[in-house]
Amino acid sequence: MSTTATTVAVPPSPPVSRRAPRPVPDPVPFARLVSVELRKCFDTRAGFWLLASIGIAALLATGSVLLWAPDSAITYSTFASAIGFPMTVILPMIAVLAVTSEWSQRSGLTTFTLVPHRGRAIAAKAVVTIGISIASTALALVVGVLGTVAGSALLGVDAAWNLGPERLFNIALAQVIGMLVGFMLGVTIRHSAGAIVGYFVYSFVLPGLTEVLAQTQQWFGDLRPWVDVNYAQSALYNGSLDASQWAHLAVTTFVWLVIPLAVGLWALMRSEVK
Amino acid sequence: MITVDSLTKTYGAFRAVDDVTFTARPGRVTGFLGPNGAGKSTSMRVMVGLTPPTSGSATVCGRRFADLPNPGREIGVLLDASAQHAGRTGREILTIAQRTMGLPKSRVDEMIAQVSLTPSEADRRVRNYSLGMRQRLGIATALLGEPEVLILDEPANGLDPAGIRWMRDLLRGYADQGATVLLSSHLLHEIEVVADDLVVIGNGRIVAQGTKAELLASAGTLVRTRDVPGLTTALATAGVAHAPSAAAGGSDALRVEADTEVVGSIALDARIALLELRAAEGAGLEEMFLELTAAEQRETTTRGEAA
Repeated sequence: MSTTATTVAVPPSPPVSRRAPRPVPDPVPFARLVSVELRKCFDTRAGFWLLASIGIAALLATGSVLLWAPDSAITYSTFASAIGFPMTVILPMIAVLAVTSEWSQRSGLTTFTLVPHRGRAIAAKAVVTIGISIASTALALVVGVLGTVAGSALLGVDAAWNLGPERLFNIALAQVIGMLVGFMLGVTIRHSAGAIVGYFVYSFVLPGLTEVLAQTQQWFGDLRPWVDVNYAQSALYNGSLDASQWAHLAVTTFVWLVIPLAVGLWALMRSEVK
Repeated sequence: MITVDSLTKTYGAFRAVDDVTFTARPGRVTGFLGPNGAGKSTSMRVMVGLTPPTSGSATVCGRRFADLPNPGREIGVLLDASAQHAGRTGREILTIAQRTMGLPKSRVDEMIAQVSLTPSEADRRVRNYSLGMRQRLGIATALLGEPEVLILDEPANGLDPAGIRWMRDLLRGYADQGATVLLSSHLLHEIEVVADDLVVIGNGRIVAQGTKAELLASAGTLVRTRDVPGLTTALATAGVAHAPSAAAGGSDALRVEADTEVVGSIALDARIALLELRAAEGAGLEEMFLELTAAEQRETTTRGEAA
């Protein structure tokens, strides 16, 4: 290589027409970042239809219960779980895409130059994620109320309000955890397709494998509540939890959600945005 | 004002940016010039905090980019016009930036008009944009917050000749108002037209920097003849430094470190007919530039011995 240079010393600054020094702008408030991130979740076709599909699935589920469920099953818990199940699939997708699109669509180049403290942008996404899961759960419960009332009126059965506040709280908590799993996979994998596949493996493939393992291996059957995160979380849908079930939930969620999320965030802060 | 100080970025054993130091000053357009893969984009990503440097530092307006409270209001950045969510409309992308920066809503329409996108184009999704339209949208995003520093990576890519002319006038206007403008390019001629200062980078290192006038003046004479060996001998006998040049686009040219009169009389004494004799404005720079490209062996230049 022979790149010899015609290097020239930097000359003294010539006079320039300077603008008046400008005041330093105010920092971007966090609430503004949250509102921008919320908008970004739903301003694309994919985002819009994911949101719309929550409502559509809720209506379809309610209609299905009214049409096909036996009269004895026209209860609030039937409606709530029929509406809640499609949401457990759709909500984490929203969380995944909120994070991964910054990398897969490369919009992070703009996002992280406008908000160079990546932690603030990611925290805003986390707030939006949790907010959406709570709002969606509330929507499911309201649609469930309408379904129960309509069902009892149409079919002439008594409205069965068989979900207490504790169970409602547990269902909401399960939705938030599920959505945070999607958020964690988005942060850790930072690739849309990869993170979505990761979510399906995490939530739908692993439970089958652990189920088989638990039935064939006695030692795993005993250990399972402490290591199987889906098993521990499924308790939230099945009624109230006792102290040991809360402990299982806390331990598995810490290992399978909090630790990977921390590692993913640590890597994300140091990664290169290209 | 952009200050880059001893900036180095390595990927394993590969030094993408190697001890780069320069300053882009207010009121001037600084051209950041180098062949593909020279380290321009990596340097720019480090300046705006997207890539952590291995060592060294970059400051903008006297602060690290990450310490700016609302960077969009102070620094306009365009690194890659295609790096936008393909499913958003152009208007939506500007609206997101406008809201993040906390600007009035009317700025979005002002910018759409300023970069000559029609309202119907602005409402189209970016997936359906041509590269030139993406470039205009990227420039609109960069200018949205009325910044006093612009960092633009290859902003002329994909623009038509009228667009390039428009861009040039726009950058000139910004610099004349006192803004600092740093733009990169791999095309010498594109940057020569608009830049006041040049920073030339190759293989991660700065190989030349200074004002455009200085860099173009330091080039001597360009001479073409059908008898290159004869003229080479005559110049060597006269003790004048010279080198083959590809700047004229052929293999019959020499660049000589002497003024045209000296070269003319040497040729006359040796009875060598010349095809062309002129001051080699910028030829030295172009020479160096072609050499950088050749050294990377991505292209073959017209110089046989360079390959």
